[in-house]
Amino acid sequence: MRVKPLVVPVALLAILAVVPFLSLDLPRVLPGPLDSPGTLQLLALCLTFAGVALSYDLLFGFTGLLSFGHALYFALGVYVPAIALTKWEWSLPATLAFLAAIALVVPLALGAVSLRVGGIAFAMVTLAFAQAGNVIVQTNPRGLTGGEEGISLNVEPLPDFLVGVLNTKYLYWVALGYVVVVFVASRAAIGSSVGHVWAAIRDNEKRVEVIGLRPYPYKLVSFVLASFLAAWGGFVWLLLIGVTPEVTTATFTLTLLVMVVLGGAGTRFGALVGGFLYTLLDYRLRSLSGDERIQDLPDVLRIPLSEPLFLLGSLFIAVVFFVPGGLASLPTRLRLLYYRRTADEEAS
Amino acid sequence: VSTFVLLTITGLGLGAMYFLIASGLSLIYGLMGVLNFAHGAFITFGAYAAWWVTTQVSSSVEGELLVATAFALAVGAALGAVVELVFIRPLYRRPVEQVLVTVGLALALGALVFGIWGADPKLFPVPGWMVETTTIAGANIPNDRFVEIGVATVVLIGLVAFLRYTRVGLIIRAGVENRGMVQALGVDVRRAFTFVFALGGALAALAGVLSGVYYGTVDPSRGTSLLIFAFIVVVIGGFGSIGGSAIAAVAVGLVQQYANYYAADWLDWSGAGDVAVMLLLAAVLLVRPHGLAPKVAH
Repeated sequence: MRVKPLVVPVALLAILAVVPFLSLDLPRVLPGPLDSPGTLQLLALCLTFAGVALSYDLLFGFTGLLSFGHALYFALGVYVPAIALTKWEWSLPATLAFLAAIALVVPLALGAVSLRVGGIAFAMVTLAFAQAGNVIVQTNPRGLTGGEEGISLNVEPLPDFLVGVLNTKYLYWVALGYVVVVFVASRAAIGSSVGHVWAAIRDNEKRVEVIGLRPYPYKLVSFVLASFLAAWGGFVWLLLIGVTPEVTTATFTLTLLVMVVLGGAGTRFGALVGGFLYTLLDYRLRSLSGDERIQDLPDVLRIPLSEPLFLLGSLFIAVVFFVPGGLASLPTRLRLLYYRRTADEEAS
Repeated sequence: VSTFVLLTITGLGLGAMYFLIASGLSLIYGLMGVLNFAHGAFITFGAYAAWWVTTQVSSSVEGELLVATAFALAVGAALGAVVELVFIRPLYRRPVEQVLVTVGLALALGALVFGIWGADPKLFPVPGWMVETTTIAGANIPNDRFVEIGVATVVLIGLVAFLRYTRVGLIIRAGVENRGMVQALGVDVRRAFTFVFALGGALAALAGVLSGVYYGTVDPSRGTSLLIFAFIVVVIGGFGSIGGSAIAAVAVGLVQQYANYYAADWLDWSGAGDVAVMLLLAAVLLVRPHGLAPKVAH
């Protein structure tokens, strides 16, 4: 029984790893055949967000910390390497080492401050810090962050296989590698004794204190680990998309929250599926809004249907109302429904 | 000195808007424990509702603005009441889900505004005399600042009087203090829930209209950008406290203006004002985790 649960993820990983060699066409789901650069980029993006959503779920679903500032740490992974590579012209190893240090120090410092308060106050402080990050990026201090325009990345220090449209499959594997790292790290963390204390804090923090443990250091570990993992997701995004100030906004954190709740908070696969599906849906709905059949509709229908965020927000509300455990709870729900029905039939 | 006076009065004008938004948020949170992310949509819809009326009605600019404000108040109140009745009420006793639903509403309604009115700012009609300036202690101050401060002061006095001297106000104050006890005494506190949402919606819409006057335009991101500062005001002022919100709103508005002028000059960086407010919040929470005022609706 110790080995069995790993079969599904390993099989899934094997399938995902060979995707760039398949020329399968899924016309309504993906923009082109599986091995085309456009599709691979979209899938890589979906994988990246699967990982980032899981990192957010470490905080929200597994430790019970509602943070509204996760975007800040993702943005660190986008902006710090972009500035180091482009403005300071550092080499790639130096940049990555610097990012690793920053992605530990910043969440350690800010987490130490914000975790002194709990509940809604914690949510507000994280929101305020993230908003400060947004302001810094938008106001472009000393021309570092590029403000609205962002930074056009200097690709000189990067290895050749990470640059150019034809090499998208390598980026896809980088994204896949990122998800695997996040998954393995989360699995190890949740299964460890620290992870058990997280679950206890989520379920009843007072009780943890009464038992004689201080929740604070455990929460800080959760915060730093989640932020560190999110920062690397930001780095993958930087390679895939580039620098845009969008990644620092509060709306960005809210979409992470939506992904996690959509998939099912507090379940590893839920967050992964939520992040993947949300990104795919967002993309599909965006191209749907340009569809002629939608453009010909009267305004009352056309306007809501051409705003992906409206549809995703509504879907999110529907999930919160009708499927409280998210998509991850669907199999159990259906099984329960099935058993109940068969039980009813037997009874009659 | 003249710069200081200008900064102070501008800061107060900004604080006036923060107060209008924060007082509704604070009452909602104090009474129901719901952090309402959809509040930003109330602000934006209010601002656009007012703008829309001014394009439909033709009279003097002042007349248009009065009609528009009345309409925006109605829209805000209706929106607030609908949100409470349809989305919040079925989720009583599930506070996390309630917050999540308001997050979903904020995203969906925000996108709707974007879809209906587009990304470009709309020019908001401002009466000529509001754009003109009055000279106080050598500072030329645009008159609209006094309008904002005046409106917020009237609302503050009205709210305090309402909470203190009416039956509904009494129920709200009691509900903030101990909701379970109010229910146990046989008062249907749920009607007060709908009421504070409608009130919060109307005040947010009013803030939206004032922001149109203040900036001279309305744009789809108005609600979100004001909402974050209003959240900070609510946290600093203490949840459920009108007086705390008023003091915190003034403090935040002033700190933002002063830092924006003095520190920005010194650091050569225009983001100083906003970041100073974030630091203020962090500092206050570290010293007094429950905000400046205790959780009582005064």
